[in-house]
Amino acid sequence: MQVENKEFKPTIVAFCCNWCSYAGADLAGTGRMQYPANVKIIRVPCSCRVNPTFILRAFQRGADGVIMCGCHPGDCHYTSGNYYARRRMTMLFDFLDYLGIEKGRTRVEWVSAAEGARFASVMNEFVKNVTELGPNKRITDLRCKMEKEGE
Amino acid sequence: MKKVLDIMQKRAKQLLGEGIVNRVIGWKTGEFGYDQTPAVFTSAAELSSLVYDSFSAPNLSKYLIEETKKEGKALVFLKPCDTYSFNQLIKEHRIDREKVFVIGVECSGKVDINSLKSRGAVGVIGVEDNGEKVIAHTLYGDMEFAKDDVLLEKCRSCKGKQHMVFDELIIVNPVKEEKNDRFIGVDALDAMTPDERFEFWRGQLLKCIRCNACRNVCPACSCIKCVFDNQNSGVASKASPDTFEEQMYHVIRAFHVAGRCTDCGECTRVCPQDIPLHLLNRKLIKDMNAFYGEYQAGTDTDSRAPLTNYTKEDVEPNVISDKGGDK
Repeated sequence: MQVENKEFKPTIVAFCCNWCSYAGADLAGTGRMQYPANVKIIRVPCSCRVNPTFILRAFQRGADGVIMCGCHPGDCHYTSGNYYARRRMTMLFDFLDYLGIEKGRTRVEWVSAAEGARFASVMNEFVKNVTELGPNKRITDLRCKMEKEGE
Repeated sequence: MKKVLDIMQKRAKQLLGEGIVNRVIGWKTGEFGYDQTPAVFTSAAELSSLVYDSFSAPNLSKYLIEETKKEGKALVFLKPCDTYSFNQLIKEHRIDREKVFVIGVECSGKVDINSLKSRGAVGVIGVEDNGEKVIAHTLYGDMEFAKDDVLLEKCRSCKGKQHMVFDELIIVNPVKEEKNDRFIGVDALDAMTPDERFEFWRGQLLKCIRCNACRNVCPACSCIKCVFDNQNSGVASKASPDTFEEQMYHVIRAFHVAGRCTDCGECTRVCPQDIPLHLLNRKLIKDMNAFYGEYQAGTDTDSRAPLTNYTKEDVEPNVISDKGGDK
């Protein structure tokens, strides 16, 4: 009998605003700061672009955690996008918690283009938290999981 | 109630006769005596089948979206809670106010046929509400019930007896205002652990057969093209091969009506599987009240809903993950 000894490596989806955290991620990269490779970055034009469906879709397709990064309140490239996103995500994440989905799997962080080190530390911390929570079982699509494993 | 119905019929006939309106939207008896369905009446003769009793629960506001696209003015009868939906639809520019003549009718709470049935009423042909008791007329004689036992969920947590908008009012017996805490169910769930909540919602949402009745009846769910009708969405199927579909459907539906839901309770009323859908909407209402100040959708036609507004001092989303509790 073969004993599987696979270390759990969570899949993290990070929605990053083009004007701040995406550049922050870039800065972390050029500054050679370490952050886990299992963070998959999706660039969005503004944190306000992130539709609640995106978050659920990420979980459906096998994400174990979803983090949304935007400009610090007051610094939005489009003046007020992140203010709307802030309300929307507060409501959505509390709602997911209400349905019993672990609240450690969702997070919002404000990271500016100059904060490469902060981007790396936020990602390190988030990946650590999600690794402790284990694989996402509560809001996932079995069919997608089979597809993923079949690859 | 009989008296109210007489006045309603008389006034509707009068307005039709004068040519002020060319059709009337009300209720008529469907297949069964307890099955009061929305109907359009265009002549005085047809109006004799207009009914209004304790089974006339359907919210007529949503029908006005289509009706106000037609020629001429429509007369509509709205109960107090329906007027919130009506206001909300005006705010969203879905109803042309000029084309509607609103008559507000009194309401003392509507009766849930399923509660009657589960309490042993068989062959119900009618119902009467004498203020304290509900008397169900059945093929086998009359049965008496305590009112609180047989009211619909939306009526047990009534928002109030005031009409938010009307052209005329028909009130014969003013009903006493009773304020109930509508968040009791939500509070109970909030007090549970995440695991218990997950088990509760999984059990409830697994029952969903995706008949889309909650969406179709919802006055806030009035998109011309719904995201769940998209075959490519992966969550458009009727049967549910995976629990994710129900989660996705109900989360997105509740979230899409957040801030616009007037808590009219129609979703819970029409659900054939008895899923307490109001608990989803009320959670969002409770959160919005707690985070962004008291707000009731539909009280007016010009205020901004919490999710289409912001202040610079809003709470940070991480209050959720930081609020303690496990996980």
